[in-house]
Amino acid sequence: MENFQYILPEIFISVSIMLFLLVGVFKKNSASLIYNLSNISLIILLALIINLSSLDTIYLFNNSYLIDNLSNYMKIILVGSGIFVMLTGSKYIQVINLNKIEYPILILSSILGMMIMISSNDLIVFYMGLELQSLALYVLASFNRDNLLSTESGLKYFVLSALSSGLLLYGCSLTYGFSESTNFDQILINSTEFNYGTTFGIVFILVGLAFKISAVPFHMWAPDVYQGSPTSVTLFFAILPKIAALSVFIKFLYTPFANMNDQWQTIIVFISIASMMFGAVAAIGQKNLKRLIAYSSISHMGYALAGLATVSNQGIQSSITYISIYLVMNLAFFSCLFMLKRNDKYYENIEDLSGLSKKHPILSFSLLIVLFSLAGIPPLAGFFAKFYVFLAVIEQSMYFLAIVGLLATVVAAFYYLRIIKIIYFDPEKEEYETSHNLGLKITLAISTIFILAYFIYPSGITEIVSKITMI
Amino acid sequence: MNFPILSSLILLPTIGALFILFTKSSSGKYQSSKYLALFISLANFLLSLYLWYVFDKNSIDFQFVENREWLSGFINYKVGIDGISILFVILTTFITPICIISVNATIKNRLKDFLIAILIMETFMIGVFCSLDLVVFYLFFEAGLIPMFLIIGIWGGERRVYSAFKFFLYTLLGSVLMLVAIISIYWITGTTDVEKLYELGIKAEYQNLLWLAFFSSFAVKTPMWPVHTWLPDAHVEAPTVGSVLLAAILLKMAGYGFIRFSIGLFPIASENFTILVYILSLIAIIYTSLVALMQEDMKKLIAYSSVAHMGFVTLGIFTMTQQGIEGSIFQMISHGLVSAALFLSVGVVYERHHTRLINKYGGLVSIMPRYAIVFMVFTLGALGLPGTTGFIGEFLILMGAFEKNILVAMIASLGVILGAAYMLWLFKRVVFGEINNQELKTMKDLKTFEIITLSALVIPILFFGFYPEPLMNSIEASVENTLNMYNFDLINSLASKD
Repeated sequence: MENFQYILPEIFISVSIMLFLLVGVFKKNSASLIYNLSNISLIILLALIINLSSLDTIYLFNNSYLIDNLSNYMKIILVGSGIFVMLTGSKYIQVINLNKIEYPILILSSILGMMIMISSNDLIVFYMGLELQSLALYVLASFNRDNLLSTESGLKYFVLSALSSGLLLYGCSLTYGFSESTNFDQILINSTEFNYGTTFGIVFILVGLAFKISAVPFHMWAPDVYQGSPTSVTLFFAILPKIAALSVFIKFLYTPFANMNDQWQTIIVFISIASMMFGAVAAIGQKNLKRLIAYSSISHMGYALAGLATVSNQGIQSSITYISIYLVMNLAFFSCLFMLKRNDKYYENIEDLSGLSKKHPILSFSLLIVLFSLAGIPPLAGFFAKFYVFLAVIEQSMYFLAIVGLLATVVAAFYYLRIIKIIYFDPEKEEYETSHNLGLKITLAISTIFILAYFIYPSGITEIVSKITMI
Repeated sequence: MNFPILSSLILLPTIGALFILFTKSSSGKYQSSKYLALFISLANFLLSLYLWYVFDKNSIDFQFVENREWLSGFINYKVGIDGISILFVILTTFITPICIISVNATIKNRLKDFLIAILIMETFMIGVFCSLDLVVFYLFFEAGLIPMFLIIGIWGGERRVYSAFKFFLYTLLGSVLMLVAIISIYWITGTTDVEKLYELGIKAEYQNLLWLAFFSSFAVKTPMWPVHTWLPDAHVEAPTVGSVLLAAILLKMAGYGFIRFSIGLFPIASENFTILVYILSLIAIIYTSLVALMQEDMKKLIAYSSVAHMGFVTLGIFTMTQQGIEGSIFQMISHGLVSAALFLSVGVVYERHHTRLINKYGGLVSIMPRYAIVFMVFTLGALGLPGTTGFIGEFLILMGAFEKNILVAMIASLGVILGAAYMLWLFKRVVFGEINNQELKTMKDLKTFEIITLSALVIPILFFGFYPEPLMNSIEASVENTLNMYNFDLINSLASKD
């Protein structure tokens, strides 16, 4: 029984979910209450995880559950960004009449699923976590059920995600069949000899995971779902599932399939290059900011995967650093998006930003910083994210990957510059409300300052991340 | 470690920019922010002059070195200057206050933002010339794109968006390859510290590719033919002050980079590619001079002349002779002053008459006599008349070139003649002749602040033209050291081949 203290965070969040459900059923008009309670429970959850993070590696429940530096760090950034996602979206869901009790509860369940994914050390546990988060996400995507785009995006996500889950399961069963175990460590031990079965298993599992992380060529759902979902859900989509999926990527590649890196390295390199290039090129023609950020996140995932393709600790750490900085940039970007509001209507087209800098200098400056950072221009945080990745990639002499990646940043710079051009160079068009809720302002301030001042002390994240070693 | 004078030099403008951010908004009474910016930049100028005063000109080492742990222990924030970089630092701190004084005339709206952009830009430019670590250098080198993009895009002319994008993407494309090279150097040698790299040296087998990667970045920034096309666009569309910054300082980053990094780090590759640089430089000198002859827009003409002048600079650097490199550095400083002055002069008439087309002017000498005089000095400076700084630079470069290759030197000398042709023709068409355009008659001669800025530029152009000794003294030891290292490495590599 003493094992339970190590999964206290998971237990706590499950209990909270059930409790909030009961409160929601028995107390009328309790949506706002539950929203705030959920936020508080996330903060407590974060404290519980941080409290555990000083411990060494711990295996639980017949080695099917693992708590180590990787899972702790990933859970911390997961729950941390969850708090900010809730903070920034609170006003938004009230304005567009989505403030229902299910919303925060679905977010919490999805976070629970992700935490299980991150900590899993067994195919079955992993799959349970994955499905828990996916089911919650299907509903969240179509949460604005009166809106055609939202229901479409929910359905689209469901159908495609179910397909990819099927492929993933097929891969899992192949892997189980040929390595005679569902435990990650056991698979590693049993798969010393090459066989086609496991190779097929790897391919199918990677396809499923690439879908979750929206990497090319399994990215088709991302633009539609990003655009159709309510913006607060889009923000959620842009950050949290990516953290979980990247963590699982690292786990799969470097625990059960660590011996077969010659098999999967080419696949990851291909996915990475395709994502970087496709994301950069496809975003150029977009008119909707949410759609644009979907393509941008596709290309960012390409960079994160480039770090994983290196088969080195340096590479894994650079990917984790990348996703940490990526999530801050997305938080800042979406905070700006939430501020484009007038008369209870939110604006999300690029054209709506026209001449924003004249009436809203602070908002435009934040957007400027975020966009240059997304483009990877020094001295902003986004540059360091890319720098670490390429440092790791070039260490392994993968020059092709590095040069293609850097050329993709030039292409990507074009569409980020286009937004900046519209904000700063174009004539003024719209004016937006200037009063925003505190959570939104705080999030924007913190994330912008983080991006802007990252270069003063860039070792902070790297030092924490350098404890994560997989090889 | 003593007082971190270089870091304060780098950071002071940014701190000033922060203060300006909190001054009252720019509606109507914006003078306070302007005086604040001027004060900060002048303070920085004085600080850099003090730096020059305490600088030991006979030493070949880097001075005022600061070395701090920065990127989790493996890359350090390292700055320091030698005789070459100090001149560029002073050029930067000298040009910035001039820009700020002339701001009033050209910038109608959002003055506060403009001043902030200029001061931030100054930080990055000084940073480029001071950094002694490749990553720190890259950081400053690239970061300069952001303020310059905004300066061209927000305050520029008709086709400002096109020009700003072209400027940004061209330079970024060139620079990303340099980033690959810098990271490769880190993994090859284990450090990006320039001083250590000078000692360690880089293996000959890697040098060619690394040199090309650096070259791709510097060639775009210089700009060398055929990647110079962003420059005329950027110059024409940028506001006067933006053009001044661009021509006077941004272009010098690449020339500085050639001396500090291409020659310093990759001597063998530099030797291999000398012919390439010669050819590109000669094309730049001859071809862009011819193009300049045909221009109808004053700013475009000066922009093309910049490309030609920078062609001399790259030619001089790669002669690998004491005279050639010293001449190049001198030419860069001279061009920094002269081109800044020329763009300001164009700004003076543009502000009065709102056109840059040469054929709309003529006969300015009778209505603006003072303007005619200063403009003449700058024209003569640009074409390299003895007694101006332009002459010394070109003369030394040609001396270096004659020592190495007579044919190259002769073709380059043609460029001097062409330079005289287009500059004198420009001067003749604008200043002399009859006044055909009646609107010109209402134009007033120079205002006080214009006299201040333009005479501030006339003085060093003439002074150093007659007495170049102070500048030469400062660079001599460092250039000699660079060349010694270069020849030493070259001989070593030849010896190891045998």
